[in-house]
Amino acid sequence: MIKIKTPVSEKEIRSLQVGDTVLLSGVIVTARDAAHKLMVEEKPDFIREFLNESMIYHCGPVVKQDNSGLWKFVSAGPTTSAREEPYQAEVIKEYNVRGVIGKGGMGPLTAQGLKDQGAVYLHAVGGAGTLIANTVKEVINVFKLEEFGTPEAFWVIRIEELPLVVTMDSHGGSLHKKILEKSRNVANRLIAN
Amino acid sequence: MGLNESILELIRLSATDLSIDVEQAIKQAYQTEEKNTPAYNVFSTIFDNIKMAREQSTPICQDTGSLVFYVDYPQGDSQKKYRQAIECAAKEATGFQYLRPNAVNPITSKNSGNNIGINAPYIHFHEWDDDMVRIRLMLKGGGSENVGAQYKLPHPALKAGRDLAGVRKVIIDAVTNAQGLGCAPGIIGVGIGGGRDTSFTLSKEQFFRKIGERSSVKELAKLEQDLLVDLNKLEIGPMGFGGKTTVLEVFIGSQDRHPATFFVSVSYTCWAFRRKTMTINNGEVKYD
Repeated sequence: MIKIKTPVSEKEIRSLQVGDTVLLSGVIVTARDAAHKLMVEEKPDFIREFLNESMIYHCGPVVKQDNSGLWKFVSAGPTTSAREEPYQAEVIKEYNVRGVIGKGGMGPLTAQGLKDQGAVYLHAVGGAGTLIANTVKEVINVFKLEEFGTPEAFWVIRIEELPLVVTMDSHGGSLHKKILEKSRNVANRLIAN
Repeated sequence: MGLNESILELIRLSATDLSIDVEQAIKQAYQTEEKNTPAYNVFSTIFDNIKMAREQSTPICQDTGSLVFYVDYPQGDSQKKYRQAIECAAKEATGFQYLRPNAVNPITSKNSGNNIGINAPYIHFHEWDDDMVRIRLMLKGGGSENVGAQYKLPHPALKAGRDLAGVRKVIIDAVTNAQGLGCAPGIIGVGIGGGRDTSFTLSKEQFFRKIGERSSVKELAKLEQDLLVDLNKLEIGPMGFGGKTTVLEVFIGSQDRHPATFFVSVSYTCWAFRRKTMTINNGEVKYD
């Protein structure tokens, strides 16, 4: 297990390899479809300080607000990252992001973006909503809640020891590509029978 | 307990308390993986999460899915009564954070905020001869819904003809295309025959079978068993990290087709396979 805390340097990120298991702590930001579209089209500044040398988490959480107005994460596993493929490389460059957390991996545009920027793709366990919400120790801020709704808002959160696996590194390695090729070969043999 | 409260409890159980048959299948899969591999670690996290969700009464997965209800009711009963109770319970469940607001208008992209919208929740009604009422609920996650696929046989590229051998080929293709994206290891529901709509409907209804429950049709039971072995040879593994378990179960149903059509619909659900049944018999409510 490799422990990483945001903000994180390019050097530290470049040392990670596909297959590494990471426990991530620090401040990160959730962002999904509407947020990515906004970051590419309007490049808002309100999120800049939180993303600099930090990470984006593809997640649409279940949240609750207590009587004093404080937010709490109830369930917060990753969502499918592939939908952000058209935006991701541009976003990590624009906001100096060091990592993207999600599930299912991403395509060639992002792979190139990770290489150029010095960033990694970290895979969370899909469906582990409650366990991951338990690693969220504090909701620091939320942006665009009214406009985008709960799942799509930018949630700025402080996490402690979120378990992740590096599935795309900053050197072009991708576990997703490897598994796809291997399984497709097996499938072709099975289908030919 | 009134009908609204009973349905609220059905929703709470579905979202937070994974059924025992699914948990056992995951446990078995966990034991087959080599220690300290990414696959093994995924199962370990999944296991801890199932336990935490049950204890805390919080959603196993934050994607609490689209709500799909199946209501079987006795003659003379009112559909409207059930619809109103379901909508009321869904709103309350959203307020209690058992559900994430998941109903989005496709034209305005506005989230209704309470899981109520056009055909949301979706309710299948069926009048039956029994005196009791049965309400079944499936929370169908969006990620796994996106990897579902419908094939039209014959399928020249896969050399899949209009027979069970052809059906087998397209199912292997669908699961290979899905990779880890539907939150593997998944459960596969297949509908053979019918029109495009009823074919998918049949594939989803299969999900109410218990893990290990084979089709009563001999040929389909054999196909299910063979596919369970073959699909796990793909070694896509949990989350698509590679590993011995790619699917936990395969359920296949069939219905008559038009002479000119032969559809095979493949529905995928994630390992967080959330469905529960509630029965009301002489006022007594039971959950399974």
